[in-house]
Amino acid sequence: MRYDSLLGSMGHTPLVGLPALSPGPGVRLWAKLEERNPTGSVKDRPALFMIDQAEKDGLLSPGATILEPTSGNTGIALAMIARLRGYKMICVMPENTSAERRQLLEIYGASIISSPAAGGSNEAVRVARQLAADNPDWVMLYQYGNEANIRAHYETTGPELLADLPEITHFVAGLGTSGTIMGVGRYLRERVPGVQIVAAEPRYGDLVYGLRNMDEGFVPELYDESVLTSRISVSSPDALRRTRELLDSEGIFAGISSGCALHAALVVAARAQAAREPAEIALVIADGGWKYLSTGAYSGTLAEAEARLEGQLWA
Amino acid sequence: MAIEVRIPTILRTYTGGAKTVEGSGATLADLFSDLESRHGGLQQRLVDDAGLRRFVNVYLNDEDVRFIGGLDAPVKDGDTVTVLPAVAGGRR
Repeated sequence: MRYDSLLGSMGHTPLVGLPALSPGPGVRLWAKLEERNPTGSVKDRPALFMIDQAEKDGLLSPGATILEPTSGNTGIALAMIARLRGYKMICVMPENTSAERRQLLEIYGASIISSPAAGGSNEAVRVARQLAADNPDWVMLYQYGNEANIRAHYETTGPELLADLPEITHFVAGLGTSGTIMGVGRYLRERVPGVQIVAAEPRYGDLVYGLRNMDEGFVPELYDESVLTSRISVSSPDALRRTRELLDSEGIFAGISSGCALHAALVVAARAQAAREPAEIALVIADGGWKYLSTGAYSGTLAEAEARLEGQLWA
Repeated sequence: MAIEVRIPTILRTYTGGAKTVEGSGATLADLFSDLESRHGGLQQRLVDDAGLRRFVNVYLNDEDVRFIGGLDAPVKDGDTVTVLPAVAGGRR
């Protein structure tokens, strides 16, 4: 396929069957390979939509500085587009994210401000908000509350999925900003009666939750509970085990959040199988495994990999 | 056998530092009332007049209870209930 430029090649990612992991002919799993996007993750979609929208709204002029709290993929996508369009990029990132993500951000010319590991992405959001308040000329696109994030998936990911899998019964994606699951979820619910929208939520160890006050938690502004039919919490060991299974059974070298989505997909697949109900289950492979090699997730025994991953943000 | 309840760090002041406690009941609401009898103050950190507190997530065998009946969700011996503060996802 031929495109005018790299950005033009965004989306239209393959949907591939997972025959070895599917429970049987009546219950099938399908993976949408989002690592086949320009910077290697699903985040290219919202990054492009958010920047395009900010330009339309007159928020970004040449030489402007974009600020974003991000543990990696959104920052990498924004940094690439910012470089092409002549903006500066500053990412606020928890210090317990992988080295590769930092390297990629630097390759694309972004500056990184580290936020404390304890508290994870919440803390990055808090630090970024403070920086935005102190620097009113910086533009924070704020993926957790930016409607263009949802629209990217409503206008591209959702239609692509339905075109490739008109018989879809379940959609499963990781839950972070909630942009993917809200956008695709709304699109499918409007068109597919009874479709199940399942969020796979990473569950970390105590360090990440830290001593958060239960009254000051964080729910992304984009999150709308009514779009979901189910939300499944996935532990780090389960996500890791499934990431290995994707590799071993299907040859898919994916990031750990994809193992998280696979785990939730297998939970709903097992239920459908037990109920003898046919199911066509699509899940999102958010990125490839490259950026997580240094975490040791793919080498040694599962127990060794789990120990190395303790306290790291993998999604 | 009882229902195992995993408690987040911030609420372990109510459980004498214990990471997990055990309780019983037919519904999640019953279970929280049962826990309150031994861990005074815990219930009001989880529940308010409107139901589950906004930034409290509760999972029954890894499934968010808000989608399976909330406080009325049926629970039984052998189940695992996990309480977590709502945090932002990572990747994004």
